[in-house]
Amino acid sequence: MAEKPTTAREMAQVETIIGRILQVGVIFSAIVMLIGLALFLITGYSGYAGDFVPRQMGMILAGTWQLKPYAIMMLGVYCLILTPVLRVVVSIYAFYKEKDHLYVAITTLVLIILLIALVIGVKG
Amino acid sequence: MIHTAIIMLAVGIFAGIAGAILGIGGGMIITPILTLGMGLDIKYAIGASIIAVIATSSGSTIAYLRDNVLNLRVAMFLEIATTIGAIVGALLTGVLDPKYLYLLFGCLLVFSGWNMYRKLRRGQEVLQRVEPDKIAAKLKLNGTYFDKAEMKDVDYQVENVPAGFSVMFGAGVASGLLGIGSGAFKVMALDTFMKMPLKPSSSTSNLMMGVTAAASATVYFFNGAILPGIAVPMALGILVGAVIGSRIMQVLPARWIRIAFIPIILYIGFEMLFKGLGVHF
Repeated sequence: MAEKPTTAREMAQVETIIGRILQVGVIFSAIVMLIGLALFLITGYSGYAGDFVPRQMGMILAGTWQLKPYAIMMLGVYCLILTPVLRVVVSIYAFYKEKDHLYVAITTLVLIILLIALVIGVKG
Repeated sequence: MIHTAIIMLAVGIFAGIAGAILGIGGGMIITPILTLGMGLDIKYAIGASIIAVIATSSGSTIAYLRDNVLNLRVAMFLEIATTIGAIVGALLTGVLDPKYLYLLFGCLLVFSGWNMYRKLRRGQEVLQRVEPDKIAAKLKLNGTYFDKAEMKDVDYQVENVPAGFSVMFGAGVASGLLGIGSGAFKVMALDTFMKMPLKPSSSTSNLMMGVTAAASATVYFFNGAILPGIAVPMALGILVGAVIGSRIMQVLPARWIRIAFIPIILYIGFEMLFKGLGVHF
């Protein structure tokens, strides 16, 4: 097994890259959620009438621009949902760099399935 | 309002630590707390719990990626099964009576808990004798991880790839249908069926939960099941708890993790069985 050390080192490299990018994604979502939560607790107001929660992307982005706490919190939640998707995207690139075509194909398939899920989520 | 946020933050930290150590997404902890403990509608509990699953997964995989415990190829390959399962599960919601899934998964979890207890009695440690497996070799699924408690590299092989793949599909369906990470199930597929050691099983299942949950979370996000006032402080608590939990996890010997795991897996199993049978306490 002469190729084994190379594979191990390459995998370690892949994992470091993925870990780093994921970390940025998670910290970013956490900061957005924290800002939203802080605003919500300080003002005691969600930014919307009653129990209304914005769920359309357009409404969330518009609400974030107007500093509405619930909109910012939902944006943070959405970013958090996207972090695993981001991880899959980065993994495709990492496997590609490693010239592991089998895993480029496998990981791309996972991404396609996730995109189908996103489409079903928005349409359904 | 501040009161609710602080409680959710605390629940999150607790669920994050427990989830990271046991390889479960926290959904199994959170749904009972929110429904039984706080009287929240199950729909919103599920919404909060699926976000909790992603937070647990993302929070703790950061630590695992650095420490080289994770098997990325196993995760990616099996995610084909879990994500398809999650979509099927999400589509099945409302069509199928979840009672049957509760019963089926309850039985399997109880079986898995019993199986782990049996292994423990036999005194078998992390590494198991595994026959060289053609599919595992072809898919490059065998791996190595560094065990901090034993201070050495451990090589391992996996087997029963089709069985693991099938159980993963079921885990995906459960995740999509019930809004859980079904991490106990994923650990079972990796550990019991594919004979992967517990530590890489736990962290690999953690990564997979995030990707699987992302598929179903989108559905919950757009159909209004996510209440930001509950999901946000909980997710923040979980991120903190998951990082603490994954630190604790790596210095604990595998045996202790198993001992902690058995009553929990049994408890969840019986809870699901009772739920399926309609028995209330």
